[in-house]
Amino acid sequence: MRTGQQRPSAWYAAPALLFFGLFAVLPMVLVVYLSFTDWDGFGFPQPSGAENWSRLVQDGEARDALWLTLVLMVLSWAVQTPVALLIGVWAAGRQRNRAVLSSLFFLPLLLSTAAIALLWRSVLDPNFGVTQSLPFLDRFNFLGNTEIVIYTVVFVITWQYVPFHTLLYQAAARSIPVSLYEAATIDGAGRYKQFFTITLPLLKYTVITSTVLMLVGSFTTFDTILILTGGGPGTTTRIAPLYMYITGFSGFEFGYASAIAVLLLALGAGLSLVVTRATGFRDMQSQQEGV
Amino acid sequence: MTVTRTATLPAAPAGPPVARPPRRRGRAGGRRERPNWLAGVLATGWLVLVAVPLYYLVAASFRTRQDYLSTSPLKPPSAPTVENYVTVLQGGFTTYLLNTVIVTVGTVLIVLAVTVPAAYAVARNAGPLVQRMFSLMLIGLAIPAQATIIPVYLLITQLRLYDTLLAIILPTAAFALPVAMLVLTNSLRDVPKELYEAQTLDGAGPLAVLRHLVLPLAKPAITTVSVFTALNAWNGFLFPLVLTQSQSTRVLTLGLWDFQGQFGTNVPGLLAAVTLSVVPIFVLYLIGRRYLLSGLTAGFGK
Repeated sequence: MRTGQQRPSAWYAAPALLFFGLFAVLPMVLVVYLSFTDWDGFGFPQPSGAENWSRLVQDGEARDALWLTLVLMVLSWAVQTPVALLIGVWAAGRQRNRAVLSSLFFLPLLLSTAAIALLWRSVLDPNFGVTQSLPFLDRFNFLGNTEIVIYTVVFVITWQYVPFHTLLYQAAARSIPVSLYEAATIDGAGRYKQFFTITLPLLKYTVITSTVLMLVGSFTTFDTILILTGGGPGTTTRIAPLYMYITGFSGFEFGYASAIAVLLLALGAGLSLVVTRATGFRDMQSQQEGV
Repeated sequence: MTVTRTATLPAAPAGPPVARPPRRRGRAGGRRERPNWLAGVLATGWLVLVAVPLYYLVAASFRTRQDYLSTSPLKPPSAPTVENYVTVLQGGFTTYLLNTVIVTVGTVLIVLAVTVPAAYAVARNAGPLVQRMFSLMLIGLAIPAQATIIPVYLLITQLRLYDTLLAIILPTAAFALPVAMLVLTNSLRDVPKELYEAQTLDGAGPLAVLRHLVLPLAKPAITTVSVFTALNAWNGFLFPLVLTQSQSTRVLTLGLWDFQGQFGTNVPGLLAAVTLSVVPIFVLYLIGRRYLLSGLTAGFGK
Protein backbone atom coordinates (compact mmCIF):
# COMPACT_ATOMS: atom_id res chain seq x y z
CA MET A 1 0.00 0.00 0.00
CA ARG A 2 2.58 2.50 1.05
CA THR A 3 4.30 2.89 -2.29
CA GLY A 4 4.31 6.44 -3.63
CA GLN A 5 5.93 9.24 -1.69
CA GLN A 6 3.39 11.45 -3.31
CA ARG A 7 0.36 10.80 -1.19
CA PRO A 8 -1.49 13.86 0.02
CA SER A 9 -0.40 14.88 3.49
CA ALA A 10 -2.76 15.11 6.44
CA TRP A 11 -2.84 18.86 5.89
CA TYR A 12 -5.31 18.30 3.07
CA ALA A 13 -7.85 17.25 5.67
CA ALA A 14 -7.01 20.01 8.12
CA PRO A 15 -9.40 22.75 6.91
CA ALA A 16 -12.39 20.39 6.93
CA LEU A 17 -11.55 19.09 10.40
CA LEU A 18 -10.90 22.54 11.76
CA PHE A 19 -14.15 23.83 10.35
CA PHE A 20 -16.17 20.88 11.58
CA GLY A 21 -14.49 21.13 14.96
CA LEU A 22 -15.25 24.81 15.36
CA PHE A 23 -18.86 24.91 14.20
CA ALA A 24 -20.12 21.40 14.97
CA VAL A 25 -18.00 19.69 17.64
CA LEU A 26 -17.33 22.75 19.77
CA PRO A 27 -21.07 23.61 20.01
CA MET A 28 -21.76 20.06 21.17
CA VAL A 29 -19.23 20.49 23.96
CA LEU A 30 -20.41 24.02 24.71
CA VAL A 31 -24.02 22.96 25.08
CA VAL A 32 -23.05 20.63 27.93
CA TYR A 33 -21.21 23.48 29.65
CA LEU A 34 -24.14 25.85 29.10
CA SER A 35 -26.52 23.38 30.73
CA PHE A 36 -24.69 24.11 33.98
CA THR A 37 -25.06 27.87 33.66
CA ASP A 38 -27.60 30.59 33.96
CA TRP A 39 -27.74 32.71 30.81
CA ASP A 40 -30.32 35.14 29.50
CA GLY A 41 -28.78 35.36 26.02
CA PHE A 42 -27.06 38.68 26.67
CA GLY A 43 -23.83 39.13 28.54
CA PHE A 44 -22.05 36.02 29.72
CA PRO A 45 -23.33 32.68 31.04
CA GLN A 46 -23.03 32.43 34.84
CA PRO A 47 -22.24 29.02 36.36
CA SER A 48 -25.21 27.76 38.32
CA GLY A 49 -24.25 24.23 39.26
CA ALA A 50 -26.74 21.47 38.57
CA GLU A 51 -29.73 23.77 39.02
CA ASN A 52 -31.01 23.33 35.47
CA TRP A 53 -30.74 19.59 35.71
CA SER A 54 -32.63 19.26 38.97
CA ARG A 55 -35.27 21.51 37.46
CA LEU A 56 -35.43 19.35 34.33
CA VAL A 57 -35.96 16.19 36.37
CA GLN A 58 -38.99 17.73 38.05
CA ASP A 59 -40.38 19.50 35.00
CA GLY A 60 -43.70 17.95 34.07
CA GLU A 61 -43.90 20.04 30.88
CA ALA A 62 -40.57 18.64 29.72
CA ARG A 63 -41.82 15.13 30.39
CA ASP A 64 -44.96 15.80 28.37
CA ALA A 65 -42.88 17.26 25.56
CA LEU A 66 -40.62 14.20 25.48
CA TRP A 67 -43.57 11.84 25.48
CA LEU A 68 -45.13 13.81 22.63
CA THR A 69 -41.86 13.61 20.70
CA LEU A 70 -41.88 9.86 21.10
CA VAL A 71 -45.53 9.57 20.04
CA LEU A 72 -44.88 11.73 17.00
CA MET A 73 -41.79 9.72 16.10
CA VAL A 74 -43.55 6.37 16.29
CA LEU A 75 -46.68 7.59 14.51
CA SER A 76 -44.85 9.23 11.65
CA TRP A 77 -42.60 6.20 11.23
CA ALA A 78 -45.58 3.85 11.21
CA VAL A 79 -47.41 5.94 8.61
CA GLN A 80 -44.50 6.85 6.37
CA THR A 81 -42.78 3.49 6.07
CA PRO A 82 -45.53 1.43 4.43
CA VAL A 83 -46.60 4.33 2.21
CA ALA A 84 -43.06 5.08 1.02
CA LEU A 85 -42.24 1.40 0.60
CA LEU A 86 -45.29 0.59 -1.50
CA ILE A 87 -45.14 3.70 -3.65
CA GLY A 88 -41.40 3.26 -4.07
CA VAL A 89 -41.75 -0.31 -5.29
CA TRP A 90 -44.62 0.71 -7.54
CA ALA A 91 -42.67 3.66 -8.97
CA ALA A 92 -39.74 1.36 -9.71
CA GLY A 93 -41.98 -0.35 -12.27
CA ARG A 94 -41.72 0.01 -15.96
CA GLN A 95 -45.00 1.36 -17.33
CA ARG A 96 -44.78 4.68 -19.01
CA ASN A 97 -47.51 6.41 -17.06
CA ARG A 98 -45.62 5.55 -13.91
CA ALA A 99 -42.75 7.72 -15.04
CA VAL A 100 -45.01 10.71 -15.50
CA LEU A 101 -46.86 10.05 -12.27
CA SER A 102 -43.76 9.55 -10.23
CA SER A 103 -42.34 12.83 -11.46
CA LEU A 104 -45.43 14.38 -9.85
CA PHE A 105 -44.97 12.38 -6.67
CA PHE A 106 -41.69 14.05 -5.94
CA LEU A 107 -42.97 17.62 -6.23
CA PRO A 108 -43.23 18.16 -2.45
CA LEU A 109 -39.46 17.73 -2.36
CA LEU A 110 -39.12 21.05 -4.13
CA LEU A 111 -40.88 23.00 -1.41
CA SER A 112 -39.01 24.25 1.63
CA THR A 113 -40.24 23.39 5.09
CA ALA A 114 -41.51 26.93 5.49
CA ALA A 115 -43.43 26.74 2.22
CA ILE A 116 -44.98 23.38 3.10
CA ALA A 117 -46.05 24.42 6.58
CA LEU A 118 -47.54 27.69 5.33
CA LEU A 119 -49.32 25.93 2.47
CA TRP A 120 -50.95 23.37 4.76
CA ARG A 121 -51.82 26.00 7.28
CA SER A 122 -53.93 27.69 4.70
CA VAL A 123 -55.25 24.45 3.14
CA LEU A 124 -56.50 23.39 6.57
CA ASP A 125 -57.72 26.82 7.59
CA PRO A 126 -60.97 26.38 9.53
CA ASN A 127 -62.66 29.25 7.68
CA PHE A 128 -61.38 29.45 4.13
CA GLY A 129 -59.30 26.30 3.73
CA VAL A 130 -59.70 23.67 1.02
CA THR A 131 -60.99 21.18 3.56
CA GLN A 132 -63.90 23.49 4.28
CA SER A 133 -65.25 23.08 0.78
CA LEU A 134 -65.01 19.31 0.79
CA PRO A 135 -67.73 17.00 2.05
CA PHE A 136 -67.04 15.22 5.34
CA LEU A 137 -63.68 16.96 5.86
CA ASP A 138 -65.46 20.27 6.48
CA ARG A 139 -66.62 19.19 9.91
CA PHE A 140 -63.09 19.05 11.33
CA ASN A 141 -60.90 21.83 12.63
CA PHE A 142 -57.62 20.13 11.85
CA LEU A 143 -55.34 22.68 13.45
CA GLY A 144 -57.55 23.90 16.27
CA ASN A 145 -58.90 20.67 17.73
CA THR A 146 -56.64 19.36 20.47
CA GLU A 147 -57.66 15.77 19.76
CA ILE A 148 -56.92 15.85 16.03
CA VAL A 149 -53.99 18.24 15.74
CA ILE A 150 -51.29 15.65 16.43
CA TYR A 151 -52.58 13.52 13.54
CA THR A 152 -52.62 16.62 11.36
CA VAL A 153 -48.96 17.16 12.20
CA VAL A 154 -48.15 13.51 11.39
CA PHE A 155 -49.98 13.93 8.09
CA VAL A 156 -48.11 17.07 7.08
CA ILE A 157 -44.76 15.54 8.05
CA THR A 158 -45.68 12.48 5.99
CA TRP A 159 -46.57 14.68 3.03
CA GLN A 160 -43.24 16.41 3.37
CA TYR A 161 -40.97 13.38 3.75
CA VAL A 162 -42.64 10.46 1.97
CA PRO A 163 -41.26 11.51 -1.44
CA PHE A 164 -37.71 11.40 -0.11
CA HIS A 165 -38.14 7.92 1.33
CA THR A 166 -39.99 6.83 -1.79
CA LEU A 167 -36.91 7.80 -3.77
CA LEU A 168 -34.76 5.58 -1.56
CA TYR A 169 -37.12 2.63 -2.01
CA GLN A 170 -37.50 3.24 -5.73
CA ALA A 171 -33.74 3.20 -6.27
CA ALA A 172 -33.34 0.07 -4.17
CA ALA A 173 -36.24 -1.76 -5.82
CA ARG A 174 -34.80 -0.95 -9.25
CA SER A 175 -31.56 -2.68 -8.36
CA ILE A 176 -33.25 -6.00 -7.59
CA PRO A 177 -32.33 -8.36 -10.46
CA VAL A 178 -35.29 -9.18 -12.74
CA SER A 179 -34.10 -12.77 -12.93
CA LEU A 180 -35.20 -13.33 -9.34
CA TYR A 181 -38.78 -12.45 -10.24
CA GLU A 182 -38.63 -14.46 -13.44
CA ALA A 183 -37.46 -17.49 -11.52
CA ALA A 184 -40.17 -16.98 -8.92
CA THR A 185 -42.80 -16.66 -11.64
CA ILE A 186 -41.67 -19.93 -13.20
CA ASP A 187 -41.93 -21.50 -9.77
CA GLY A 188 -45.51 -20.26 -9.68
CA ALA A 189 -45.15 -17.60 -6.98
CA GLY A 190 -47.81 -14.89 -7.19
CA ARG A 191 -47.34 -11.18 -6.82
CA TYR A 192 -47.87 -10.99 -3.10
CA LYS A 193 -45.73 -14.00 -2.44
CA GLN A 194 -42.98 -12.46 -4.55
CA PHE A 195 -43.31 -9.19 -2.67
CA PHE A 196 -42.87 -10.86 0.70
CA THR A 197 -40.20 -13.35 -0.32
CA ILE A 198 -38.11 -11.30 -2.74
CA THR A 199 -38.81 -7.57 -2.63
CA LEU A 200 -39.17 -7.05 1.09
CA PRO A 201 -36.14 -9.11 2.21
CA LEU A 202 -33.96 -7.43 -0.42
CA LEU A 203 -35.13 -4.00 0.69
CA LYS A 204 -34.18 -4.74 4.29
CA TYR A 205 -31.23 -2.38 4.35
CA THR A 206 -33.24 0.36 2.73
CA VAL A 207 -35.92 -0.06 5.38
CA ILE A 208 -33.20 0.32 8.00
CA THR A 209 -31.61 3.36 6.36
CA SER A 210 -34.97 5.02 5.95
CA THR A 211 -35.95 4.17 9.53
CA VAL A 212 -32.76 5.63 10.96
CA LEU A 213 -33.26 8.81 8.97
CA MET A 214 -36.90 9.07 10.03
CA LEU A 215 -36.23 8.47 13.72
CA VAL A 216 -33.29 10.84 13.94
CA GLY A 217 -35.16 13.33 11.78
CA SER A 218 -38.33 13.36 13.82
CA PHE A 219 -36.29 13.85 16.95
CA THR A 220 -35.20 17.20 15.70
CA THR A 221 -37.47 18.43 12.96
CA PHE A 222 -39.57 21.04 14.52
CA ASP A 223 -39.61 23.91 12.05
CA THR A 224 -42.64 22.34 10.39
CA ILE A 225 -44.50 22.30 13.69
CA LEU A 226 -43.26 25.74 14.71
CA ILE A 227 -44.82 27.25 11.59
CA LEU A 228 -47.84 24.97 11.34
CA THR A 229 -49.14 25.13 14.90
CA GLY A 230 -46.53 26.99 16.97
CA GLY A 231 -46.82 24.06 19.37
CA GLY A 232 -50.51 24.68 19.93
CA PRO A 233 -53.34 24.71 20.50
CA GLY A 234 -52.13 25.09 24.06
CA THR A 235 -49.17 22.76 24.31
CA THR A 236 -50.70 19.85 22.40
CA THR A 237 -48.02 19.79 19.70
CA ARG A 238 -45.11 21.24 21.64
CA ILE A 239 -42.52 18.52 21.10
CA ALA A 240 -39.26 18.57 23.05
CA PRO A 241 -37.11 20.42 20.46
CA LEU A 242 -39.80 23.08 20.22
CA TYR A 243 -39.96 23.30 24.01
CA MET A 244 -36.20 23.83 23.97
CA TYR A 245 -36.47 26.55 21.34
CA ILE A 246 -39.28 28.36 23.13
CA THR A 247 -37.55 28.13 26.53
CA GLY A 248 -34.39 29.60 25.05
CA PHE A 249 -35.35 32.08 22.40
CA SER A 250 -38.71 33.21 23.77
CA GLY A 251 -38.20 32.68 27.50
CA PHE A 252 -34.52 33.71 27.47
CA GLU A 253 -33.60 30.83 29.77
CA PHE A 254 -30.73 29.60 27.65
CA GLY A 255 -29.14 27.62 30.47
CA TYR A 256 -32.24 25.56 31.05
CA ALA A 257 -32.85 25.24 27.31
CA SER A 258 -29.31 23.89 26.97
CA ALA A 259 -30.08 21.16 29.49
CA ILE A 260 -33.04 20.13 27.31
CA ALA A 261 -30.75 20.27 24.27
CA VAL A 262 -28.21 17.98 25.92
CA LEU A 263 -30.98 15.53 26.69
CA LEU A 264 -32.07 15.67 23.04
CA LEU A 265 -28.53 15.17 21.80
CA ALA A 266 -28.03 12.20 24.08
CA LEU A 267 -31.36 10.62 23.21
CA GLY A 268 -30.89 11.26 19.49
CA ALA A 269 -27.37 9.87 19.40
CA GLY A 270 -28.33 6.96 21.66
CA LEU A 271 -31.29 6.16 19.49
CA SER A 272 -29.33 6.07 16.26
CA LEU A 273 -26.64 4.01 17.98
CA VAL A 274 -29.20 1.46 19.17
CA VAL A 275 -30.91 1.30 15.79
CA THR A 276 -27.65 1.00 13.85
CA ARG A 277 -26.26 -1.67 16.20
CA ALA A 278 -29.48 -3.64 16.39
CA THR A 279 -30.01 -3.66 12.66
CA GLY A 280 -26.52 -3.91 11.24
CA PHE A 281 -26.76 -0.51 9.55
CA ARG A 282 -23.07 -0.05 10.25
CA ASP A 283 -22.15 -3.26 8.41
CA MET A 284 -24.17 -2.11 5.48
CA GLN A 285 -22.25 1.15 5.35
CA SER A 286 -18.95 -0.71 5.12
CA GLN A 287 -20.38 -3.10 2.55
CA GLN A 288 -21.19 -0.14 0.39
CA GLU A 289 -17.80 1.41 0.66
CA GLY A 290 -16.18 1.33 -2.71
CA VAL A 291 -19.33 0.19 -4.45
CA MET B 1 -32.43 6.61 -14.11
CA THR B 2 -34.80 5.41 -16.72
CA VAL B 3 -37.49 7.77 -15.57
CA THR B 4 -35.62 10.79 -16.82
CA ARG B 5 -35.71 9.53 -20.33
CA THR B 6 -39.30 8.44 -20.39
CA ALA B 7 -40.67 11.29 -18.32
CA THR B 8 -41.02 13.57 -21.29
CA LEU B 9 -43.07 11.10 -23.29
CA PRO B 10 -46.81 11.56 -23.22
CA ALA B 11 -48.66 9.35 -20.79
CA ALA B 12 -49.83 6.32 -22.68
CA PRO B 13 -52.64 4.31 -21.20
CA ALA B 14 -51.30 1.11 -19.77
CA GLY B 15 -51.90 -1.36 -22.54
CA PRO B 16 -52.19 -5.07 -22.10
CA PRO B 17 -49.03 -5.96 -20.20
CA VAL B 18 -48.20 -8.82 -22.50
CA ALA B 19 -47.77 -6.38 -25.36
CA ARG B 20 -44.37 -5.14 -24.36
CA PRO B 21 -42.10 -7.63 -22.78
CA PRO B 22 -39.12 -6.70 -25.00
CA ARG B 23 -38.71 -3.35 -23.27
CA ARG B 24 -38.17 -5.03 -20.00
CA ARG B 25 -34.83 -6.52 -20.62
CA GLY B 26 -31.53 -4.76 -20.86
CA ARG B 27 -32.27 -2.44 -18.01
CA ALA B 28 -31.37 -3.05 -14.44
CA GLY B 29 -34.20 -4.24 -12.28
CA GLY B 30 -37.38 -4.37 -14.34
CA ARG B 31 -40.57 -5.63 -12.79
CA ARG B 32 -43.52 -7.58 -14.01
CA GLU B 33 -46.19 -5.46 -15.60
CA ARG B 34 -49.40 -7.06 -14.47
CA PRO B 35 -51.37 -4.23 -12.91
CA ASN B 36 -50.82 -4.09 -9.18
CA TRP B 37 -54.12 -2.79 -7.88
CA LEU B 38 -53.19 -2.24 -4.27
CA ALA B 39 -50.11 -0.19 -5.05
CA GLY B 40 -51.91 1.54 -7.93
CA VAL B 41 -54.75 2.69 -5.68
CA LEU B 42 -52.29 3.87 -3.06
CA ALA B 43 -50.25 5.71 -5.66
CA THR B 44 -53.35 7.38 -7.08
CA GLY B 45 -54.43 8.41 -3.61
CA TRP B 46 -51.02 9.90 -3.00
CA LEU B 47 -51.19 11.71 -6.32
CA VAL B 48 -54.45 13.39 -5.30
CA LEU B 49 -52.92 14.41 -1.97
CA VAL B 50 -49.99 16.00 -3.80
CA ALA B 51 -51.88 17.56 -6.69
CA VAL B 52 -54.80 19.17 -4.86
CA PRO B 53 -52.79 21.35 -2.44
CA LEU B 54 -50.38 22.36 -5.18
CA TYR B 55 -53.23 23.26 -7.51
CA TYR B 56 -54.82 25.23 -4.67
CA LEU B 57 -51.50 27.00 -4.04
CA VAL B 58 -51.07 28.21 -7.59
CA ALA B 59 -54.75 28.94 -8.19
CA ALA B 60 -55.15 30.96 -5.00
CA SER B 61 -52.05 33.01 -5.73
CA PHE B 62 -53.82 34.42 -8.80
CA ARG B 63 -57.04 35.27 -6.98
CA THR B 64 -58.17 38.63 -5.77
CA ARG B 65 -58.78 38.72 -2.03
CA GLN B 66 -62.50 39.07 -2.65
CA ASP B 67 -62.46 36.02 -4.89
CA TYR B 68 -60.49 34.06 -2.31
CA LEU B 69 -62.96 34.81 0.45
CA SER B 70 -66.10 34.20 -1.56
CA THR B 71 -65.57 31.28 -3.95
CA SER B 72 -64.63 27.67 -3.45
CA PRO B 73 -60.84 27.26 -3.28
CA LEU B 74 -61.00 24.42 -5.77
CA LYS B 75 -62.61 26.42 -8.57
CA PRO B 76 -60.27 28.24 -10.95
CA PRO B 77 -59.85 31.96 -10.18
CA SER B 78 -62.82 33.90 -11.57
CA ALA B 79 -60.72 36.93 -12.53
CA PRO B 80 -57.03 35.94 -12.49
CA THR B 81 -54.72 38.70 -11.35
CA VAL B 82 -50.97 39.11 -10.89
CA GLU B 83 -51.55 41.79 -8.29
CA ASN B 84 -50.42 39.44 -5.48
CA TYR B 85 -47.13 38.84 -7.18
CA VAL B 86 -46.58 42.57 -7.60
CA THR B 87 -47.28 43.09 -3.90
CA VAL B 88 -44.85 40.35 -2.94
CA LEU B 89 -42.09 41.57 -5.23
CA GLN B 90 -42.47 45.07 -3.81
CA GLY B 91 -42.49 43.72 -0.25
CA GLY B 92 -38.83 42.77 0.03
CA PHE B 93 -38.99 39.46 -1.80
CA THR B 94 -36.06 40.30 -4.07
CA THR B 95 -33.84 41.14 -1.08
CA TYR B 96 -34.74 37.83 0.56
CA LEU B 97 -34.11 35.98 -2.67
CA LEU B 98 -30.71 37.61 -3.11
CA ASN B 99 -29.78 36.77 0.50
CA THR B 100 -30.77 33.16 -0.01
CA VAL B 101 -28.72 32.98 -3.19
CA ILE B 102 -25.68 34.40 -1.38
CA VAL B 103 -26.11 31.99 1.52
CA THR B 104 -26.55 29.03 -0.83
CA VAL B 105 -23.57 29.83 -3.04
CA GLY B 106 -21.37 30.67 -0.05
CA THR B 107 -22.24 27.44 1.73
CA VAL B 108 -21.60 25.29 -1.33
CA LEU B 109 -18.25 26.98 -2.01
CA ILE B 110 -17.03 26.49 1.55
CA VAL B 111 -18.17 22.88 1.68
CA LEU B 112 -16.49 22.02 -1.62
CA ALA B 113 -13.31 23.93 -0.78
CA VAL B 114 -12.73 22.02 2.44
CA THR B 115 -14.17 18.59 1.61
CA VAL B 116 -12.61 17.86 -1.79
CA PRO B 117 -9.01 17.94 -0.51
CA ALA B 118 -10.05 16.20 2.72
CA ALA B 119 -11.84 13.41 0.87
CA TYR B 120 -8.77 13.02 -1.35
CA ALA B 121 -6.61 12.66 1.76
CA VAL B 122 -8.96 10.09 3.28
CA ALA B 123 -9.32 8.10 0.06
CA ARG B 124 -5.56 8.06 -0.49
CA ASN B 125 -5.01 7.04 3.09
CA ALA B 126 -3.06 10.00 4.41
CA GLY B 127 -2.49 8.33 7.74
CA PRO B 128 -4.32 6.83 10.72
CA LEU B 129 -4.99 10.23 12.25
CA VAL B 130 -6.94 11.35 9.21
CA GLN B 131 -8.86 8.06 9.10
CA ARG B 132 -9.86 8.41 12.72
CA MET B 133 -11.00 11.99 12.18
CA PHE B 134 -13.06 10.80 9.24
CA SER B 135 -14.83 8.18 11.36
CA LEU B 136 -15.47 10.83 13.96
CA MET B 137 -16.99 13.09 11.35
CA LEU B 138 -19.32 10.35 10.16
CA ILE B 139 -20.77 10.18 13.64
CA GLY B 140 -21.86 13.71 12.87
CA LEU B 141 -24.39 12.18 10.46
CA ALA B 142 -26.48 11.22 13.46
CA ILE B 143 -26.05 14.49 15.32
CA PRO B 144 -29.12 16.67 15.24
CA ALA B 145 -27.97 20.17 14.29
CA GLN B 146 -31.06 21.60 15.93
CA ALA B 147 -29.89 20.61 19.39
CA THR B 148 -26.82 22.82 19.06
CA ILE B 149 -28.51 26.10 18.15
CA ILE B 150 -27.93 27.66 21.57
CA PRO B 151 -24.13 27.20 21.61
CA VAL B 152 -24.00 28.13 17.92
CA TYR B 153 -25.85 31.31 18.83
CA LEU B 154 -23.32 31.99 21.60
CA LEU B 155 -20.42 31.30 19.25
CA ILE B 156 -21.78 33.54 16.51
CA THR B 157 -22.44 36.45 18.89
CA GLN B 158 -18.95 36.08 20.38
CA LEU B 159 -17.46 36.14 16.87
CA ARG B 160 -19.50 39.33 16.30
CA LEU B 161 -21.17 37.75 13.31
CA TYR B 162 -24.73 37.96 14.62
CA ASP B 163 -27.20 39.24 12.03
CA THR B 164 -24.87 38.73 9.07
CA LEU B 165 -25.22 36.28 6.21
CA LEU B 166 -21.93 34.69 7.23
CA ALA B 167 -23.59 33.72 10.51
CA ILE B 168 -25.96 31.51 8.52
CA ILE B 169 -23.34 30.22 6.09
CA LEU B 170 -20.77 28.93 8.61
CA PRO B 171 -22.91 26.55 10.70
CA THR B 172 -24.97 25.46 7.69
CA ALA B 173 -21.76 24.48 5.91
CA ALA B 174 -20.34 22.75 9.00
CA PHE B 175 -23.38 20.51 9.38
CA ALA B 176 -23.28 19.66 5.66
CA LEU B 177 -19.72 18.32 5.97
CA PRO B 178 -20.40 14.73 7.12
CA VAL B 179 -22.65 13.87 4.18
CA ALA B 180 -20.36 15.65 1.74
CA MET B 181 -17.34 13.76 3.06
CA LEU B 182 -19.16 10.45 2.87
CA VAL B 183 -20.24 10.93 -0.74
CA LEU B 184 -16.91 12.32 -1.97
CA THR B 185 -14.75 9.78 -0.16
CA ASN B 186 -16.82 6.87 -1.45
CA SER B 187 -16.50 8.14 -5.00
CA LEU B 188 -12.74 8.72 -4.74
CA ARG B 189 -12.22 5.26 -3.28
CA ASP B 190 -13.74 3.92 -6.50
CA VAL B 191 -10.89 5.38 -8.50
CA PRO B 192 -8.47 2.53 -9.31
CA LYS B 193 -5.20 2.79 -7.42
CA GLU B 194 -3.31 2.42 -10.69
CA LEU B 195 -4.59 5.77 -11.91
CA TYR B 196 -3.15 7.56 -8.92
CA GLU B 197 0.10 5.64 -9.22
CA ALA B 198 0.47 6.36 -12.93
CA GLN B 199 0.18 10.06 -12.21
CA THR B 200 2.67 9.81 -9.41
CA LEU B 201 5.16 7.96 -11.63
CA ASP B 202 4.85 10.77 -14.10
CA GLY B 203 6.19 12.98 -11.37
CA ALA B 204 2.95 14.71 -10.41
CA GLY B 205 2.74 15.99 -6.85
CA PRO B 206 -0.41 15.61 -4.76
CA LEU B 207 -1.64 19.03 -5.80
CA ALA B 208 -1.33 18.17 -9.49
CA VAL B 209 -3.08 14.85 -8.90
CA LEU B 210 -5.86 16.70 -7.14
CA ARG B 211 -6.29 19.06 -10.05
CA HIS B 212 -5.84 16.69 -13.00
CA LEU B 213 -7.22 13.43 -11.65
CA VAL B 214 -9.38 13.91 -8.57
CA LEU B 215 -11.39 16.90 -9.71
CA PRO B 216 -12.41 15.47 -13.11
CA LEU B 217 -13.14 12.00 -11.74
CA ALA B 218 -15.11 13.22 -8.74
CA LYS B 219 -17.32 15.45 -10.89
CA PRO B 220 -20.53 13.42 -10.43
CA ALA B 221 -19.96 13.24 -6.68
CA ILE B 222 -19.18 16.95 -6.57
CA THR B 223 -22.44 17.64 -8.37
CA THR B 224 -24.36 15.49 -5.91
CA VAL B 225 -22.73 17.18 -2.94
CA SER B 226 -23.36 20.63 -4.41
CA VAL B 227 -27.03 19.92 -4.99
CA PHE B 228 -27.50 18.38 -1.57
CA THR B 229 -25.72 21.23 0.20
CA ALA B 230 -27.43 23.88 -1.89
CA LEU B 231 -30.90 22.52 -1.16
CA ASN B 232 -30.15 22.38 2.55
CA ALA B 233 -28.91 25.93 2.56
CA TRP B 234 -31.78 27.11 0.36
CA ASN B 235 -34.42 25.53 2.59
CA GLY B 236 -32.68 26.24 5.89
CA PHE B 237 -34.93 27.80 8.48
CA LEU B 238 -33.54 27.34 11.94
CA PHE B 239 -30.10 28.91 11.65
CA PRO B 240 -31.46 32.03 9.90
CA LEU B 241 -34.25 32.25 12.47
CA VAL B 242 -31.86 32.21 15.39
CA LEU B 243 -28.84 33.96 13.93
CA THR B 244 -30.29 36.88 12.01
CA GLN B 245 -32.74 39.58 12.85
CA SER B 246 -33.01 42.51 10.48
CA GLN B 247 -34.80 42.72 7.18
CA SER B 248 -31.58 43.27 5.25
CA THR B 249 -30.25 39.83 6.23
CA ARG B 250 -33.56 37.99 5.96
CA VAL B 251 -33.53 34.87 3.78
CA LEU B 252 -36.41 33.54 1.75
CA THR B 253 -37.71 30.89 4.17
CA LEU B 254 -37.77 33.39 6.99
CA GLY B 255 -39.28 35.95 4.66
CA LEU B 256 -42.20 33.60 3.95
CA TRP B 257 -42.87 33.27 7.64
CA ASP B 258 -42.68 37.00 7.92
CA PHE B 259 -45.14 37.49 5.05
CA GLN B 260 -47.51 35.31 7.03
CA GLY B 261 -47.57 37.88 9.81
CA GLN B 262 -47.31 40.89 7.56
CA PHE B 263 -50.10 39.91 5.19
CA GLY B 264 -52.46 38.76 7.91
CA THR B 265 -55.66 37.97 6.07
CA ASN B 266 -54.14 38.43 2.62
CA VAL B 267 -53.76 34.72 2.03
CA PRO B 268 -53.47 35.03 -1.79
CA GLY B 269 -50.49 37.34 -1.22
CA LEU B 270 -48.87 34.83 1.09
CA LEU B 271 -49.47 32.00 -1.36
CA ALA B 272 -48.01 34.06 -4.18
CA ALA B 273 -44.87 34.44 -2.07
CA VAL B 274 -44.81 30.69 -1.42
CA THR B 275 -45.25 29.98 -5.14
CA LEU B 276 -42.48 32.40 -6.08
CA SER B 277 -40.16 30.77 -3.57
CA VAL B 278 -40.64 27.41 -5.28
CA VAL B 279 -40.04 28.70 -8.82
CA PRO B 280 -36.20 28.67 -8.78
CA ILE B 281 -36.03 25.07 -7.52
CA PHE B 282 -38.78 24.05 -9.92
CA VAL B 283 -36.81 25.45 -12.86
CA LEU B 284 -33.76 23.48 -11.68
CA TYR B 285 -35.96 20.40 -11.42
CA LEU B 286 -37.04 20.82 -15.03
CA ILE B 287 -33.46 21.31 -16.24
CA GLY B 288 -31.65 18.70 -14.22
CA ARG B 289 -34.17 16.40 -12.60
CA ARG B 290 -31.65 13.60 -12.38
CA TYR B 291 -29.02 15.66 -10.58
CA LEU B 292 -31.56 17.16 -8.25
CA LEU B 293 -32.97 13.80 -7.20
CA SER B 294 -29.53 12.24 -6.76
CA GLY B 295 -28.46 15.24 -4.70
CA LEU B 296 -31.55 14.94 -2.54
CA THR B 297 -30.75 11.40 -1.51
CA ALA B 298 -27.01 12.00 -1.30
CA GLY B 299 -25.21 9.16 0.39
CA PHE B 300 -28.39 7.26 1.18
CA GLY B 301 -29.81 6.45 -2.21
CA LYS B 302 -27.40 3.77 -3.32
